[in-house]
Amino acid sequence: MTPVKTTTTPHAPTAVPAARTRAPGTARGPRRRPGLLRRTALPYVLLLPALALEVLVHLLPIVMGVLMSFKELTQFHLRDWGAAPWRGLGNFTAVLDPGAPAGEALLRSFLTTCLFTVASVGLCWLLGTAAAVFLQEAFRGRALLRALFLVPYALPVYAAVITWAFMFQRDDGLVNHVLHDQLGLTGSPPFWLLGDNSFWALLVVSVWKGWPFAFLVVMAGLQNVPRELYEAGALDGAGTWRQIRAITLPSLRPVNQVLVLVLFLWTFNDFNTPFVLFGKAAPEAADLVSVHIHQSSFATWNFGAGAAMSVLLLCFLLLVTGVYLFLTSRGRKAADA
Amino acid sequence: MPSPPARRDTARRSPTAAPRSFLWSRRIFLTLLSGFVLLPVYVMVSSSLKPLQDVSGAFRWMPSELTLRPYADIWKTVPLAKYFVNSLVVAGAATVCSVVVAVFAAYAVSRYRFRGKRLFTVSVLSTQMFPGILFLLPLFLMFVHIGNATGVALFGSRGGLILTYLTFSLPFSVWMLIGYLDSVPRELDEAALVDGCGPLRALFLVVVPAAAPGIVAVAVYAFMTAWGEVLFASVMTNDTTRTLAVGLQGYSTQNDVYWNQVMAASLVVSVPVVAGFLLLQRYLVTGLTAGAVK
Repeated sequence: MTPVKTTTTPHAPTAVPAARTRAPGTARGPRRRPGLLRRTALPYVLLLPALALEVLVHLLPIVMGVLMSFKELTQFHLRDWGAAPWRGLGNFTAVLDPGAPAGEALLRSFLTTCLFTVASVGLCWLLGTAAAVFLQEAFRGRALLRALFLVPYALPVYAAVITWAFMFQRDDGLVNHVLHDQLGLTGSPPFWLLGDNSFWALLVVSVWKGWPFAFLVVMAGLQNVPRELYEAGALDGAGTWRQIRAITLPSLRPVNQVLVLVLFLWTFNDFNTPFVLFGKAAPEAADLVSVHIHQSSFATWNFGAGAAMSVLLLCFLLLVTGVYLFLTSRGRKAADA
Repeated sequence: MPSPPARRDTARRSPTAAPRSFLWSRRIFLTLLSGFVLLPVYVMVSSSLKPLQDVSGAFRWMPSELTLRPYADIWKTVPLAKYFVNSLVVAGAATVCSVVVAVFAAYAVSRYRFRGKRLFTVSVLSTQMFPGILFLLPLFLMFVHIGNATGVALFGSRGGLILTYLTFSLPFSVWMLIGYLDSVPRELDEAALVDGCGPLRALFLVVVPAAAPGIVAVAVYAFMTAWGEVLFASVMTNDTTRTLAVGLQGYSTQNDVYWNQVMAASLVVSVPVVAGFLLLQRYLVTGLTAGAVK
């Protein structure tokens, strides 16, 4: 994802020429500067805290997680997980077998998550981009709207989701009051947090919470579109709509490449929203993978199977990210050439 | 709110006047979107000012009477003050540590050429894609083990949570700060080095002040991340270290929910972050522009 960009262009536009001319000679060779030893050691010393923390909190647990996925790990072995018996690929075959209950549940949860992610990311991107484009030009109230639109992003997830949970209550919520009592659209007030409707409830909350991030990033991206492009477009007789289609949207390509990927990963892994909206056990129609793994690990205390599902999830995300970056980067190179 | 200074952000698009169809689409779209965004905010604010009978029956748009009772009651119904202090300590400490660590790392990447630089940025950023659920349990077991082996209580303590949260915001913070430090002219700290400053003094006396907006943006981001996290807080805290994320959720899933109090509590815990965010959002946008979107 992002590292591709940050590492290939590690300098701000102004610094690029200087860095380029220096780069080939000094990439490996010594620098003609005083204090050579300190200089070569210093960057590593500066990186050490960040590295140590990442290793301790991310890398080690992930290695442990992968090991655990090959073990028969239940509550009896939690005290000393290293002593738990090996199970080979047993956990994986169990959760991947669509004929068995565990496998079937995982497959359904996975498909639900895919559908949910595509819908949520699409809507978030659409709303964010439209809002950013409409707020590009100055008009009265623009600053106010911009601040307002960022409120869902700034609110703590649980505070926002709890409010939505209240609105979706069957008997005392706002949604049923409007749909049933005021508009009379439904025969009896539906349940939103149980059954099939829960998918839509989750989607609404997720989009409400997620679109401001897209808005923020696109807005930042729009500031880098050179003004000359618009002037040239206007000279050629392009109106506002045409300028948006021919200048604004294509200029957003590099931003979108990163944005869509980040939105995808966050939404696919989202745990907080369904967990706060539904509690520990989500209804089937809104059983996202993270909640599913959490629930099946802690309900059955079968942590080996939970770890196996997590590893599968990680493999899937790596695969999608790899393919996505390959396709979009190739597309971009072709477009640039 | 005053309209923004015309010179800076006016009409980056058409120097020609926008057509009516554009103006009307904009008006309609922005009105609908504002309604969507404001609806829960209105529910939260209005319900928090209602007496109990208004929220335990069909929904009412307007309160039958305005009352501040829920704001007084929340501190008694649940130990909200304790959760609040826990969240404040955890999020505050995680933010400070995360920013300091991120500044060091970003400075190294931005100013020095060294082996493994690319590997570092790629691997740090790729931790962003790991599902939290994958390392929740191993981390939990690891903290328990470290506790048994060394007596350092990480599991159930604020320390463990601080350690965890600080690494959550770290990748994105480093990434944003690299971009931000890159936009601070090298000549500034090179001049300081020539004047006899050590690299660390140059960092703190010259680079950090010049990159202050970016650092502020990163701090806001780190604080929000820690303040809003639910998954790890639900597993790694106990009764004395419970944070708002878990406490509030328990509050809203009781059998008999006092929705007016829950809404008041939600509002109270949101105010610090929303106020901070809105005050500093300009920096966050600048920080994103410099760092993320290049």
